[in-house]
Amino acid sequence: MLKEFRPALFMLLLMTLLTGGLYPALITGLAQTLFPHQAHGSLMHHQGTIVGSNLIGQPFSDAGYFWSRPSATTPMPYHAGSSSGSNTGPTHPDWETTIKNRITLLKESNPQQKLPIPIDLVTTSASGLDPHISPAAAQWQIPRVARARGLSEQTLGDLVARHTAGRTFGILGEPRVNTLALNQALDQDGTQP
Amino acid sequence: MTANGIFQIVLYLSVLLFLAWPLGVTMARIYAKELPIGLRWTSPVERGLYRLCGVKADEEMSWIRYALAVLTFNLLGILAVYLLQRIQIGLPFNPQSQANISPDLSFNTAISFASNTNWQSYGGETTLSYLTQMVGLTVQNFVSAATGMAVLVALMRAFTRKEIQTIGNFWVDMTRSTLYILLPLSLILALLLAQQGVVQTFSPYQSAKLLQPVTYEEPVNGPDCQPLKDANGQTITKKQTATEQVIALGPVASQVAIKQLGTNGGGFFNVNSAHPLENPTPLSNLMEMLAILLIPAALCFTFGRFVGDDRQGMAILAAMVIVFTAFLTLCVQAEQSGNPLFNKLGLDVIASNQSPGGNMEGKEVRFGIVNSAIWATATTAASNGSVNAMHDSFTPLGGLVPMVLMQLGEIIFGGVGSGLYGMILFAMLGVFISGLMIGRTPEYLGKKIEAFEIKMASLAILIPFLAVLLGTAVAVVTEAGRAGIANPGVHGFSEILYAFSSTGNNNGSAFAGLSANTPFYNILLGVAMLLARYWVIIPVLAIAGSLAAKKTIPSSAGTLPTHTPLFVAILVGVIIIIGALTFLPALALGPIVEHLHMIHGHS
Repeated sequence: MLKEFRPALFMLLLMTLLTGGLYPALITGLAQTLFPHQAHGSLMHHQGTIVGSNLIGQPFSDAGYFWSRPSATTPMPYHAGSSSGSNTGPTHPDWETTIKNRITLLKESNPQQKLPIPIDLVTTSASGLDPHISPAAAQWQIPRVARARGLSEQTLGDLVARHTAGRTFGILGEPRVNTLALNQALDQDGTQP
Repeated sequence: MTANGIFQIVLYLSVLLFLAWPLGVTMARIYAKELPIGLRWTSPVERGLYRLCGVKADEEMSWIRYALAVLTFNLLGILAVYLLQRIQIGLPFNPQSQANISPDLSFNTAISFASNTNWQSYGGETTLSYLTQMVGLTVQNFVSAATGMAVLVALMRAFTRKEIQTIGNFWVDMTRSTLYILLPLSLILALLLAQQGVVQTFSPYQSAKLLQPVTYEEPVNGPDCQPLKDANGQTITKKQTATEQVIALGPVASQVAIKQLGTNGGGFFNVNSAHPLENPTPLSNLMEMLAILLIPAALCFTFGRFVGDDRQGMAILAAMVIVFTAFLTLCVQAEQSGNPLFNKLGLDVIASNQSPGGNMEGKEVRFGIVNSAIWATATTAASNGSVNAMHDSFTPLGGLVPMVLMQLGEIIFGGVGSGLYGMILFAMLGVFISGLMIGRTPEYLGKKIEAFEIKMASLAILIPFLAVLLGTAVAVVTEAGRAGIANPGVHGFSEILYAFSSTGNNNGSAFAGLSANTPFYNILLGVAMLLARYWVIIPVLAIAGSLAAKKTIPSSAGTLPTHTPLFVAILVGVIIIIGALTFLPALALGPIVEHLHMIHGHS
């Protein structure tokens, strides 16, 4: 073992220099030069303040906004400094009550909507930071937002359609709507809730 | 399964195999000391490394010396990562002033990364400094993967040798794996991921102004920093309003690339590749999923080249693909079928172009059901262990798939290097069992498989099994073990079984509800990881030493060919029978019972 001690020690030091120093430094330099927006977290700025990241969801509860999915981060929802899923198992004894409460909240805020609620609106995401809801979940919320903002459902339907991203190359992943981008667009139209 | 789902699966496997072939052939050339043109300019770096380290590149090692080199190098790696965590507050690149880490957690994390397990008892963005992530974890991501590849190369080389006492030089095999395979691939992948939106910066975390301020209930902590409870045992909370959102950042892309390519799996953030800054788009998701299985699949082709018969590698790859596809189908079906509770409550769970449907708890909308299930299957078939969805929230059968794939011994693709050397042990067992049936001395690739090889193979296969089952048993009968359970009842047992299946096979994924950051779990799981890694490596190297010293015998009419569909079937059969005999009773107590509970509406 002693015979291999010197190579082991020096190899560890040099590999640390190479893969723990040079490699991340090189990637940082290249990424920040080639893709500065992405490398810094895809942050959005408005009048000098950071107003969020394109990739990170925010919580919404006003009737005039499209709501994001429930979030399991603590203590605040969508805490992007401490990502977390709920880790609730499929037969957890409190599970039914949790889902029922979410259903009640959604239905009471949107009494005109008679369609069944899409599953993603009552389940938490893996990260607690999911920026997206499904197109069905956005459409489901249109009557509530329309009433709160005094807009027609047609106008909102068009807006949702404009903010719907399809599968990548028509194949990969799932169709989705970025709630933060959608709500920012709503506010920019000048019809405050 | 939806048509799009089938299409995504076929696309994934096709691209994987399409990329694996050229890489496998290239790796065979690299290990034969023949560099591809694009890499030749780096060979002075390789020679310089050897000179500085006092390594004589052409000096061959006996298997015992090879094993000592592996162990010394890994031991120093464990010490380095341990120390870094213990003193990180005093070191640079710690913009969030992350505190020093407790001895038991540091012990667990150090073993976890050196053993290529990458089990995470901690949450990255709330625990580790940028320096610890880079200089501690990223380095081990490279060298633990390179260690696995080196051990495999020693074993493959042994098949090609005749009556020679040595099996190669560990330092050379490890260095070439890092320098010519892992680093170049990581550079490419890291930049592709950064383009897609994976963050790469040394800046501190940023605060963003929320579009709508959020009100939430925050637990009130007592003087002992524990949440206060009222007379009914309910946590006391107070209303808080936040107008800002803290966004964790860091040098993520560089670490995620090697995390995937080296079948490491330890995420930069707590939720791993479910985090939008670690895996932002369906395209980044595809790249990361390909990276999970790329090197393990390619090494099968390397194996074929090494032993001079491409069909040998393809037979092993075929066995892997068959088992993988079967389990993947089960996982997608189970998650798409969802939970009967959702139907009972009148929710919309039908998959369509407007909604992913199925069991979306613990899954991201951009990945939906299909990509979450492919990932869960791939990450546990390989000993990767990264996640893009929370396995704890999978349906019982959906969660059974990753659990079983780990329990089989991480050989369906498996870890880089470690997966294939594990699979070769099963192939030896396959020829041994067939040999018993036809009454001939078994041979594999021209080498007689005798008592010593079978003893060592049995040790390497049985010790991880023992770590899983004994560890689970200890945890479920002790107070400290049961205290970690998040989901009461049967699912709680599954959480514990999953934790030991994961660490006892160096995978690293988790049913993450289990509170594993306690001295009890940190130490017990740490020991499981040590056993599973080094008590496979040592017997494998012993086999390599023994095979290299043997004569090579030409194949005859009595030799069982090991490249035929028949042998693929024998291999799959041996793997499934040994795995099922060992784990069915435990699985019956966990996911299988839970499945029956769920479909009958019990909780």
